[in-house]
Amino acid sequence: MNKLMIVVPAYNEAVKIGAVIESLKKEGFQNIIVVDDGSTDKTAETARSKGVVVLSHFVNCGYGAAITTGIKHAVVQGADAIATFDADGQHVSSDLHKLFEIVAKGEADIALGSRFLKQSKSNVPLLRKMALKAGRMIVWAFYGVKLSDAHSGLRAMSREAAEKIDVKSAHMDFSSEIVDQIKKQKLRWKELPVTVRYTQYSIKNSKQGPLPALKIFSQMIWRKLVR
Amino acid sequence: MAIQVFAIAMALFAISRAYLRLREKKLKPFEFIFWTLLWLVVVFIAFAPDVTFFFSKLVGIERGIDIIIYTSIIALFYLMFRLYVKLETVEQNLTKIVRELALREKKR
Repeated sequence: MNKLMIVVPAYNEAVKIGAVIESLKKEGFQNIIVVDDGSTDKTAETARSKGVVVLSHFVNCGYGAAITTGIKHAVVQGADAIATFDADGQHVSSDLHKLFEIVAKGEADIALGSRFLKQSKSNVPLLRKMALKAGRMIVWAFYGVKLSDAHSGLRAMSREAAEKIDVKSAHMDFSSEIVDQIKKQKLRWKELPVTVRYTQYSIKNSKQGPLPALKIFSQMIWRKLVR
Repeated sequence: MAIQVFAIAMALFAISRAYLRLREKKLKPFEFIFWTLLWLVVVFIAFAPDVTFFFSKLVGIERGIDIIIYTSIIALFYLMFRLYVKLETVEQNLTKIVRELALREKKR
């Protein structure tokens, strides 16, 4: 396991993306793919100036679409393992080591970061916590996989898993659909405690409040009905 | 009398629109006939509302007008569903195009 690639989907994250890339590099990750999802600010320029690969969606397609683009590129580039990492600075880059390790050892095909496992030091605000707890129950009911945190953007997967996973969702319900894929593709998964930092910035910018949560839920129902 | 005039005006407007779409070849002849007939039925009902009574009796609904409202709602829901599916397909295709462009740009 040598070529580790990190996909960072970014939409209008010019303020944070530089620091996020720096932190990843500091941890020794060299293959970073930033997918600029039609940002109207200087996200792409900032990322490029840090010397990473930048893929640009020329219109905004959504969080899930950006991740899928990044993963496809990583596979083509011959990645052995691929991780996804949020661009808003919520994730801690050192957490990636243990996720990759699980995948490298073959203990799981996909390692998922969780805010709610005992050792996690995340300071999840109450409302978020409630929405996420409801979310995991819904994901469990829908897809039959019981996770402690079903909507984490931090995960690592083997190349084989990345090739198998076929997520249609272009939006925030990407995270739930990937659970569906875990079940359908019979992937071995493991959750690991990770830290998610809630800052003024991330709370203001994130799409994880009660309303977006409802939207994710309706997207999930829709997907169940139509597909 | 007002409702009849209104119905005729609406029908004429809708049919003329449909006709224009037909000429632009954005509507198939079959679809044009469908919409024309539909609006003719609307005008007919506006003049002879009692005919709906016949149908409402058939399915056990008291008032003639109710059956129109019920079927309209069902038709609207169905159309909305179709639209939604279509929209989703369009969105997925758009994503495919945007992704392909992003990936190709990198390959060069």
